[in-house]
Amino acid sequence: MKTSKLTWPLLALVLTAGVFEGARANSDERGFDIAARSDRSDIGFGDSSVELQMVLRNAAGQESTRSLRIATLEKPNESVGDKSLVIFDTPRDIEGTALLSYAKILDPDDQWLYLPALKRVKRISSANKSGPFVGSEFAFEDFTAIELNKFTYTYMRAEACGNLMCDVLERQPRYANSGYTRQMAWVDQVDFQIRKVEFYDRRGDLLKVLELTDYRNYAGVWRAHQLSMSNVQTNKQTELIYGDYKFGAGLSESNFVKGRLARLR
Amino acid sequence: MRMLILIVTLVALAPFAVYAEDSTWSVSGNLDLQARLFADDAAWAGQASQFGQTSVAAQAEFRWHSESGNQRASIMPFLRWDNTDSERSLTDLREAYWAYEGAEAEVLVGANTVFWGVTESVHLVDIINQTDFAGDLDGEDKLGQPMINVTVQKDWGEVSAFVMPWFRKRTFAGVDGRLRAPLPVDTNRAEFESSAEQEHIDFALRYSHYFGDVDIGVNVFSGTSREARFVHSGDGQSVMPYYDQIDQMGLDLQYTRDTWLWKLEAIARHGYSQTFAAAVGGFEYTIYQISDSAADLGLLLEYQYDGRNELEPLTIADNDVFAGTRLALNDVQDTTVLAGLSYDVNTGETFINIEAERRFGDNWVVELRARAFSGASRGDTTYWLAQDDYMQLQIARHF
Repeated sequence: MKTSKLTWPLLALVLTAGVFEGARANSDERGFDIAARSDRSDIGFGDSSVELQMVLRNAAGQESTRSLRIATLEKPNESVGDKSLVIFDTPRDIEGTALLSYAKILDPDDQWLYLPALKRVKRISSANKSGPFVGSEFAFEDFTAIELNKFTYTYMRAEACGNLMCDVLERQPRYANSGYTRQMAWVDQVDFQIRKVEFYDRRGDLLKVLELTDYRNYAGVWRAHQLSMSNVQTNKQTELIYGDYKFGAGLSESNFVKGRLARLR
Repeated sequence: MRMLILIVTLVALAPFAVYAEDSTWSVSGNLDLQARLFADDAAWAGQASQFGQTSVAAQAEFRWHSESGNQRASIMPFLRWDNTDSERSLTDLREAYWAYEGAEAEVLVGANTVFWGVTESVHLVDIINQTDFAGDLDGEDKLGQPMINVTVQKDWGEVSAFVMPWFRKRTFAGVDGRLRAPLPVDTNRAEFESSAEQEHIDFALRYSHYFGDVDIGVNVFSGTSREARFVHSGDGQSVMPYYDQIDQMGLDLQYTRDTWLWKLEAIARHGYSQTFAAAVGGFEYTIYQISDSAADLGLLLEYQYDGRNELEPLTIADNDVFAGTRLALNDVQDTTVLAGLSYDVNTGETFINIEAERRFGDNWVVELRARAFSGASRGDTTYWLAQDDYMQLQIARHF
């Protein structure tokens, strides 16, 4: 076949695009693998319970604190989400308020809220992914959307993160109603734990930065004990300060049913 | 006076009400100061003439659980002292129980408060606890109900059985109080269909579970009606509450889809004079993060139907449309505003209710309520309350 002068550059372009396509698929796979290795690093933890303080700070630096407990039941099957129970101890007027969640991968989570003043259990809409969780800088999805398959991943680069080297991943929510177009996650190369996440809003602008520090190892399971979420657009900040985790306390499905919410205290 | 001493004692104890980290005991509570301001003069003979009404309420919660967590106990005394209406003063144990939890079952003995239902404008299926109607006419203030309650939890749902050996009489405003009909209800002269009176043993059974997006509850109740009919006393100075024996079946359903909650409550009751049905159904639709703020706006619409005749206990919710809106700012102070209107399609009787709430600091909560009655004609339930529109300010300190 006789090729014209014009065809060569075209062919070159097509070939190059093909290489980029391949590279893209490659970086997606690598991104997923790194995320999976991180997500699977705590596989088999069974159940956990922990007490924590939530410190809300406004732009002027004024603080208010909430104390809560979180219990989690692991669902090892990656196509099913974990079950979790959040109970508030302070402020006093909402003491006993509890949120029960059955995380799903792509479908909306099942959520029930317990209101102790009326002793009422109310099924709530989980379409509110991007809404603030109890007035904090954490959105509902920041708490519940940590299942591996809720995102697609792209490997970006490796770079230093503090004293460690990190793989940087871009992840995009696959579920509906997310407040984010994308997130950037820094996963260290030694323990495979997430050290930092940047959240980009629906306009594509940087909205929040989450830093995860004070990682401690519980017989092979890593947990961060200080999570700091800073909203770069409003300068508000929410810190989560965790106490010691308890693993394998023998929690079962029957601890995570809506009827039990009224019998917790 | 005795009440005052108790309240003062509670307040004095409050500083010690700290959550003990390593102990299995916890103590908390709240002290509420409430002031009501009425728009008009009192309408009926005997009512105190002033426009204001103030009250103080205190509640303490003593909770205990065993080391293993399978036993727990609760004592929750509640006291209210009203400066004008002695019938509104109340001493109650909202909770006083011991419970043992096994692998799939729980046994609870003592007084407790239990809520059933899904709708917002009226609570039809909620029948375990008596209403503290003098406390608030929205029916959400309850009296502790003595019971033996066995609950079985299986993967196919929860079954809860109640045996209730003591009946609590509904509270009503007294002769001095507002928010009553021309003749006050004399709660001391209550009459009962059952010769066992308050000792009649009531039974209830409820099944509840969820199937995907649908939450369902089905219940039966047999015993003394929580609602009273009113019969004239001989002296013409008051009416007497009369509590019938009833059998009632109830159903509550909620379908949760995206930002929509579809709700239905229905009952069928074999009452005093007839068997009738009542239902309330509608939706709650929420717009999350209105105009890019953190706030949520909920829109509520419910239709209330009640097929009872005029011989049965009175109801306001017989053929009414309720429209409401709920604004939640989702701020650090948990600021919320709820505004609603119930309109009787037949008679034009209208009830307006506005509630706003906000936390100040860590421990103070201020709540503002406004209620208005209009459009009622003679024979309507709220006709007698036409001059009782009021605003209520409540300041609560939590410990």
